[in-house]
Amino acid sequence: MESINKPLILSCSPHLHSRYTTEKAMRDVGLALIPAVAAAVFYFGFRALLVILVSIASAMASEYACRRIMHRGNTLFDGSAILTGGLLAMCLPPGIPLWAAVLGSVSAIVIGKQVFGGLGQNIFNPAHIGRAILLASFPVYMTTWVPTVGSSVDAVTMATPLALLKAGAMDQLPSLWQMFVGQIPGSLGETSALALILGGLYLIYKGHVDWRIPASYLGTVFVLTALFGMIKGFGMAYPFMQLCSGGLMIGAFFMATDWVTSPITVRGRVIFGLGLGLLTSLIRLFGGLSEGVCYSILIMNILTPIIDRYTKGRIFGRAK
Amino acid sequence: MNYEKRTFSGGTHIQDFKEFTNSLETQEAKAPAKVYIPMSMHIGAPSKPLVAVGDLVKMGQKIGESQGFVSVPAHASVSGKVIGFKQLPVPNGRMADCVVIENDFKDEWLEGLIQPEQNPQALDAKEIGARVLEAGIVGMGGATFPSHVKYAPSKEGKKADHIILNGIECEPFLTADHRIMLERPERIIAGLKYMMKLADCPKGVIAIEENKMDAFELMIRLTEQDSTIETIVCKEKYPQGSEKQLINAVTGREVPPGGLPMDVHVIVNNVGTAAAVADAVEFRRPLIDRIVTLNGNGIVRPMNYRVRIGTLYKDLIEENGEVIGDIVKVISGGPMMGFAVYTMEIPVMKGTSGILVFNEESQVLKREEEGPCVRCARCVDACPMGLEPTTIVKAAKRRDWAKTKACDVTSCIECGSCAYVCPSMIPLVHYIRLAKQYVTSKDGNGAVNPFLV
Repeated sequence: MESINKPLILSCSPHLHSRYTTEKAMRDVGLALIPAVAAAVFYFGFRALLVILVSIASAMASEYACRRIMHRGNTLFDGSAILTGGLLAMCLPPGIPLWAAVLGSVSAIVIGKQVFGGLGQNIFNPAHIGRAILLASFPVYMTTWVPTVGSSVDAVTMATPLALLKAGAMDQLPSLWQMFVGQIPGSLGETSALALILGGLYLIYKGHVDWRIPASYLGTVFVLTALFGMIKGFGMAYPFMQLCSGGLMIGAFFMATDWVTSPITVRGRVIFGLGLGLLTSLIRLFGGLSEGVCYSILIMNILTPIIDRYTKGRIFGRAK
Repeated sequence: MNYEKRTFSGGTHIQDFKEFTNSLETQEAKAPAKVYIPMSMHIGAPSKPLVAVGDLVKMGQKIGESQGFVSVPAHASVSGKVIGFKQLPVPNGRMADCVVIENDFKDEWLEGLIQPEQNPQALDAKEIGARVLEAGIVGMGGATFPSHVKYAPSKEGKKADHIILNGIECEPFLTADHRIMLERPERIIAGLKYMMKLADCPKGVIAIEENKMDAFELMIRLTEQDSTIETIVCKEKYPQGSEKQLINAVTGREVPPGGLPMDVHVIVNNVGTAAAVADAVEFRRPLIDRIVTLNGNGIVRPMNYRVRIGTLYKDLIEENGEVIGDIVKVISGGPMMGFAVYTMEIPVMKGTSGILVFNEESQVLKREEEGPCVRCARCVDACPMGLEPTTIVKAAKRRDWAKTKACDVTSCIECGSCAYVCPSMIPLVHYIRLAKQYVTSKDGNGAVNPFLV
């Protein structure tokens, strides 16, 4: 035929693709974080934005440098470094020295991701590795909070709702509404539960995130803290306050749901969420720290391969 | 009216691209000057040529004899003169021996054929089976399994309680089955009844996907008086048309790994095959043509054609269609499981449901570089067989064939759902095919298994 001038392409079936790519998903996660970033800037001012930008920039720079040193291809375009930098920043206090944010970001990328071989190979959630390193190295900077912009409190350092909950100081807590919308001190991404839920629901709706993880994580924390609250006589609002405080919302929707470090089976994800909820509740209620999310996620990341191995689905045609 | 829509677990939703041809009535393609009838367009032993160069043949004349039980005869799709034999490639890349007939354009049927049977209802199963074999009927959904074998009494004495006609056609672009359901529904129903008689089966089901509601409503109307035939609709999801998934959606049963539909007392056939059976039983008409959808952005006027077996793709397009742009890819079949072919000199065969021609502009062609697996598990969710493609492919990349076998790689139906959804563009099916080759080879070192190519 005259119109065939070149050799025909002989690729293997399937010849169609859904057009769904990792880049698109990462972009959507970034979009989903915008309400929370906006809330952070609203409550903490320009400094919040600075911390976020510095963190993202150092994440991108260290990923680029690592890939050059390892003689591997440039992976900045897949958006995961930007996301790691952004998510790490959301776990940091607004007053953190910028050099500490840089350090945390670099550790997240280098130790949390690139040494394992890059995207897809890491065992731990990179942002939480960065946060854990910072928490262990600079506990004071990581637990120094500032008031929200326009708040009437004038103390330079103060306790977050999470710390107050742990101390049982129920009368000093802000109202549940304040905790829900974010008018509370805390890390950049820990304040507005409303913004995070909106972002999280968007991700579930778009199919980037399996709803089972946040559902089982938040559900387990709710049930366990409700039980605890009932025993201690803390009132009906207690479990809701637990849900809205600390890094739980951002952890449940944005960090625990990270594809690479969570199980690939359906039952595995439910178990993963249950384990997360259990660990977070135990650490918060009985452990030495006030925040359990970071370590729960890291511990469950370690258990992901074994969860995958024991929750394999049934093959079509095999016995039920 | 609200109809219950059946479905199966797993699978994925894909754009169906059927709007170009699903409302276009099938046109008779202009018969070509030469036809190349392959001696093997079916599973089983190739037919043995019965003619010699110079022989004059009539349309429908047997020109190839079936060899053994699992084999069917081949027939001339035009009347004319045998001018030679030629080896031509078939879509999977293998070569087939073909009888070349020069068309005299008279379309003279062999005497004795196309005679309406006075009393087809009086024919018994044996006679029906003989006519199905004589007509060279094979599964027209693509697998081309000899139909008389499918309906032969099973050695273990298994009996079918359902015969399911597959009117799903889940592959994008293809509308051949949709058109035959709209244009010849009575033949399909008649064919189903003969099949039920052949298999001594009490119940027939016609299953149609919900993107063909016009065909569904027509079939429902035509079968509502018959209590032995049920017409059902299935949710649009790929790969509903896969035999195992269809049986599961219609009956809830699961064909065991390595098993056949008869193991769960079901027989499945394409709607086109049913129409061909009716033609064979009632008119002794051999299978010499079929509906083919010609589409793709390289074709100016996409169309459904009734094409003579043995027409070269090149001749079909040159005589009947018009090409636009620089052609870079041609697919035989559908885009999810069809074969990309390297030449247009391939004959249309009994299982050719579509020819898709793409030029450089096509969106269908864009493919990015393979990236690392990000464990999103979309492939796991999409697999209709419950497999973990990512695990299998990671093992295959390490050449750990034993692990792929342990992950049930041989249960893969190669539907392509996993590769379709993978955000890292990993060619999962390609690696799975490689693993299957090693797992099924006798010595485990990858000697090519002819049934996998």
